[in-house]
Amino acid sequence: MSNLLQPHEADWYEASARERIAGLLDPKTFVEFLGPEQRVMSPHLAQFDLTGAFDDGIAVGRGRLDGQEVFVAAQEGRFLGGAFGEVHGAKLVGLLRAARDGAETGGPRAVLLLLDTGGVRLQEANAGELAISEIIRAIVEARSASVPVLALVGGRAGAFGGGGIITACCSRIVVSEHARVSVSGPEVIETNKGVEEFDSKDRALVWRICGARTRYLTGGADRYVKGSIQDFREAAIALIPHAPLFELATLRAEQQRLAERLQRFGDCRDAPEIWGKARLPEPERITEIPDDAFLAIHRPKGADHDAR
Amino acid sequence: MEQFQVRGTAKSRAGGHRHQAITGVNASGNLEILVERVLPERECLVDVATAVTGFRGIWEAVIQEFFERSSPGGLRFSINDGGARPDTVTLRLMQSVRLMETEA
Amino acid sequence: MTLDEILGSLFPSGHTVESGPAGTLHGTAKVEGQSEVTVVGIVGGKPLGIDGALPLAGHVLAAVEAGGRAPIVVLIDTASQNMARRDELLGLNEYLAHLFKSLTLAAMHGHRTVSVLFGHAAAGAFIATALSSQSLVALASAEPSVMDLPSISRVTKLPLEHLKELAKSTPIFAPGVEPLFATGAVTETWAANEPLAPHLAALLQQPVATLDPRDRIGLERKGRLLAQKIAERVAAEAAAHAGS
Repeated sequence: MSNLLQPHEADWYEASARERIAGLLDPKTFVEFLGPEQRVMSPHLAQFDLTGAFDDGIAVGRGRLDGQEVFVAAQEGRFLGGAFGEVHGAKLVGLLRAARDGAETGGPRAVLLLLDTGGVRLQEANAGELAISEIIRAIVEARSASVPVLALVGGRAGAFGGGGIITACCSRIVVSEHARVSVSGPEVIETNKGVEEFDSKDRALVWRICGARTRYLTGGADRYVKGSIQDFREAAIALIPHAPLFELATLRAEQQRLAERLQRFGDCRDAPEIWGKARLPEPERITEIPDDAFLAIHRPKGADHDAR
Repeated sequence: MEQFQVRGTAKSRAGGHRHQAITGVNASGNLEILVERVLPERECLVDVATAVTGFRGIWEAVIQEFFERSSPGGLRFSINDGGARPDTVTLRLMQSVRLMETEA
Repeated sequence: MTLDEILGSLFPSGHTVESGPAGTLHGTAKVEGQSEVTVVGIVGGKPLGIDGALPLAGHVLAAVEAGGRAPIVVLIDTASQNMARRDELLGLNEYLAHLFKSLTLAAMHGHRTVSVLFGHAAAGAFIATALSSQSLVALASAEPSVMDLPSISRVTKLPLEHLKELAKSTPIFAPGVEPLFATGAVTETWAANEPLAPHLAALLQQPVATLDPRDRIGLERKGRLLAQKIAERVAAEAAAHAGS
């Protein structure tokens, strides 16, 4: 990271987990819980001949966003693909439960999840998968206690597998161009179903199927931002007051919106087909145009919603 | 996997007042360094964990040269290595000392 | 046991369960000690995709809309999530998340949720069904997994034999009921040769923890020695800093 840039001016994609936190929050307000000096590390990696990370690949803590107290978690996508292991997952579970419990007594205004993950860490598969389900439950409980939980996705690993499911359980979702949000990774689909089904080496295809622009235009993300940390910060500040409550009415609306999407586009196999049906201009060019032109596109009906 | 320690003496105390800093990441070709100001002023120490075995001699040489050049007295460096080259190791060690010299 | 045998053993007093699209099931059933239970399911080894997840969530939400506190039983013999370009394009993550959220909402509204796994479930399908209910019961034929060992071997580049050896000393990664019981995912197992209805009735009578007990259970069973303690430590630090 250049010394000449302020923390919030830096590029999200290139930044480390802690650099993203530093640029996202108000300056010098971040207090880390169970920081790296405590060396709370995975005990499961040595048997796979792997070295670990002092924070097991996730930094959690609190700070201020535009003057308001928030909790924040940032995954380091370059350490074991940002994947969920026992310790990594438990740190996030504890943070979310604290947000839920703090709601009554003046706890955080929101929780910000800086997701950058390939999903479950296979070396700790059962612990990782369980952690993901405990995280989702804790997200729902925090949301039920009126604490919005925001997903911010824009790193190298994206939000895959359980990370993709976690993303869609959050109140609001912010993505930048680099982001991919999906369940099965393209290579896994190709291995299981063949290259005709998914050519995982076709990068343009990957971004058309899993990428941020598709998610944003279908309503799978709520904000699409350019790539600086400042852009994510502004989006988070703007979205927090508009987070939908977790309640029956919201899920009813969600059922409706997902049913409509399936009904309108259920026979589409690639993004341009969806854009064509939605009558967007130049469907074939949507993934190529610069961010400014993309942001000028009026989203198809149903993409702008307050469900989730 | 190898874990070992390299100890040294420093001519002077590492500058600044920060108590700890962290830099880098344990990823392919890279390394994570946690540095803590926890030792007597003329001592320095590096704890290394690496999955790439058989290069202890090179690590020791690189680290002793770093001790000589940077004089990081009082600092304990803990490394999780992802297979970094010696010049990357030196770079990160020096970065970590610079971080300790900045405002906390 | 076939699906019909399982339905008959779980609900000997009768049920209205019928097939829906994409391998789904739904209906109601009579269970001793309860006025009625809602039954949903994904069966026949069908992967769970958007075409299955959406109607399942719909049935769960309908049960919540109907009011009352009728338990919801989720029958599971699936595969992994549907591996299809079209499902990912349309936002499979949202559909799976919606099913998880719906089952969680139902529990919050007083509907006891119990998953009965009698076949396969893996990865995203496992998360959205088995791991989204308050209790997970495994029958003798259950084969839960995050990922099969050969695939883990391929991705981690560790020889399969080595993995199998490692799996003997730790439940932290291997597929199967035992490791998932030890780590706290599986609540209880029901034996093959016993009638299932009394087990279900007994389970539904037990009080259910308001808070997610699985990390505590994983610690008690020694399958996950760190998770609960670390979650507690983070929560304690968060509370210590509160208001400062």
